[in-house]
Amino acid sequence: MSPILSVRDLSVTFDVRKQGAWPWTPAQKLHAVSQMSFDLNAGECLGVVGESGSGKSTLARAIVGTVPSSNGSILFEGADLANMDTRERRVHRRDVQMIFQDPLAALNPRMTVGDIIAEPLVTHEPSTPRKEVKMRVATLMERVGLLPNLINRYPHEFSGGQCQRIGIARALILRPKLIICDEPVSALDVSVQAQVVNLLMELQRDMGLSMIFIAHDLSVVKHISDRIVVMYLGRQMETATADTLTTAPEHPYTQALISSVPIPDPALEKARVRPILEGELPSPLAPPSGCVFRTRCPKVQASCAGDRPQMIDLGGDHHVACPYHAPEHVLASNSA
Amino acid sequence: MIPNPQNVQGIVDAMALSEVKGRSLWADARTRFLRNKAATVSLVLLIFVAAFALFGSLIAQWERDFVDFTLIGSNAYKGVPSLETGHYFGTDNNGRDLYARVVQGTGISLMVGMVGAMVAVVVGTLYGATAGYFGGRLDGIMMRIVDVLMSIPFMFVLILMLVIFGRSITMLFIGIGLISWLDMARIARGQTLTIKNKEFVEVAVATGVHPIKIILRHIVPNLLGIVIVYATLLVPNMIIFESFISFLGLGVQEPNTSLGALINEGAGSMQYGTLWQIGFPLFFFVVTIFAFFFVGDGLRDALDPKDR
Repeated sequence: MSPILSVRDLSVTFDVRKQGAWPWTPAQKLHAVSQMSFDLNAGECLGVVGESGSGKSTLARAIVGTVPSSNGSILFEGADLANMDTRERRVHRRDVQMIFQDPLAALNPRMTVGDIIAEPLVTHEPSTPRKEVKMRVATLMERVGLLPNLINRYPHEFSGGQCQRIGIARALILRPKLIICDEPVSALDVSVQAQVVNLLMELQRDMGLSMIFIAHDLSVVKHISDRIVVMYLGRQMETATADTLTTAPEHPYTQALISSVPIPDPALEKARVRPILEGELPSPLAPPSGCVFRTRCPKVQASCAGDRPQMIDLGGDHHVACPYHAPEHVLASNSA
Repeated sequence: MIPNPQNVQGIVDAMALSEVKGRSLWADARTRFLRNKAATVSLVLLIFVAAFALFGSLIAQWERDFVDFTLIGSNAYKGVPSLETGHYFGTDNNGRDLYARVVQGTGISLMVGMVGAMVAVVVGTLYGATAGYFGGRLDGIMMRIVDVLMSIPFMFVLILMLVIFGRSITMLFIGIGLISWLDMARIARGQTLTIKNKEFVEVAVATGVHPIKIILRHIVPNLLGIVIVYATLLVPNMIIFESFISFLGLGVQEPNTSLGALINEGAGSMQYGTLWQIGFPLFFFVVTIFAFFFVGDGLRDALDPKDR
């Protein structure tokens, strides 16, 4: 099966200007996403995890096309979204929709819910008769668990969970092929989180959607995803199926992430030993040489500062980018 | 998930029966505005002033340009305001009915204010929103144009224009239209910069909405609160501005008049005891300006309940 989306060597850099610098002073480059490569199969859900500032949202925005990518390609059904002109790109936007983190901020406060949900439809199929638009909005509202008679209400009259449902309805009205969820539940109550995640899973199954699900909460991602990508400072650290990643993580960073998920049992929680990561995320303006994680890695060695670690195939769709797992290292430790 | 047409028809029917009307932010603002007593009273006063300017001439007993030669020279005791003679507000120095002239002056002053505010709202908002939304080089060029226009001493230019092209009310409107939108463009741009980074704009971009539609559908409605407030505060400024020009004798020309011109005439004859000649125009002038300021304040409180 050929993947619906394949991202190759995708990099996103931002120009950062010093405050008060001359206009002609060259800007510093901020590498928000650096050489990401992954595939997404049709109907699959890919989780993306990483701590704040690891470039998850930038990755999502680059795929959706609200942030320009500086390098690499985004192949969606064979068409390269990253290197298209604006007009052509606008036509392709109907197949990729996005769900945002802050449900209320993502809704225009001056528009009614009906208008908000209908906007993608009216944009891409302007000839749709009004009655049909309303009908499709109403069915969809019903589908995502909103009463259709609230169609004339305004966003501020809804709760966070309801607002997120409106956002989901808007993303689905064009029956897109790919949905990108950027931390869709992290702004919601835990009880509401479960409802929204279950709704998303249900919709994904029923409509055969492909999904990229971004979150920093590994337990939610594990629940919804088939495969998980771990990001750190804009780099891909490890990619594996959800089960493999959570039970047998290979990268020290993934191990640390997993150990940080609390266990809902005080006795177990107290008993377990976990590697605590020291320090802060380094600045993406001046990332460390070699492996970017080496400044905080519990298993750091001299060789980590050398070349950038390549993705190593461990078999079974499990890839890891860690010099610790490099074949030379394996050889070196064997000979010692 | 293809909807079954029959079910859908049922849903639509049910909706028609029970559709809940939403309370828009505008409706909320209206309630808050009406709760503000000073603003509501001012709004009523403004409506009265506007009605006076529009329909006041219907009850005038005299034409506004009819000169009663018998009164010239004896204004101070014959031209006093009285109901019997039909000169409700008395007469001016030339023996013309002051009531009819105040009606016209109020109308012209209001019109000047409204035209200035309208130009500011339409041109300024769109200009500022466009500059702010697209950003980058376009923003730089557009805003530098505004800076250049602002740095021209416009009062001097306007006086020159009035002198060169003749003193006419059209020229005055053109002059006011040229300068009134500059501040508005800056305000709209600044506000756009914050709105364009909101997620709902990003959603629209991601969906593929055309940039012009994004500006009109997502940016401008969210700007409008601040724009309306500024526009109501701009109207009195425009009226004062026009009055100043007229006071200098460069604005509206005889036989037409504006409140500024009337006040000018009244001020000239104050020492002869004809105080009504300055009193009545001044009254309408002050009431209009105060009312606009109070309404503007009320609107600001109603539209931005958070930053009071």
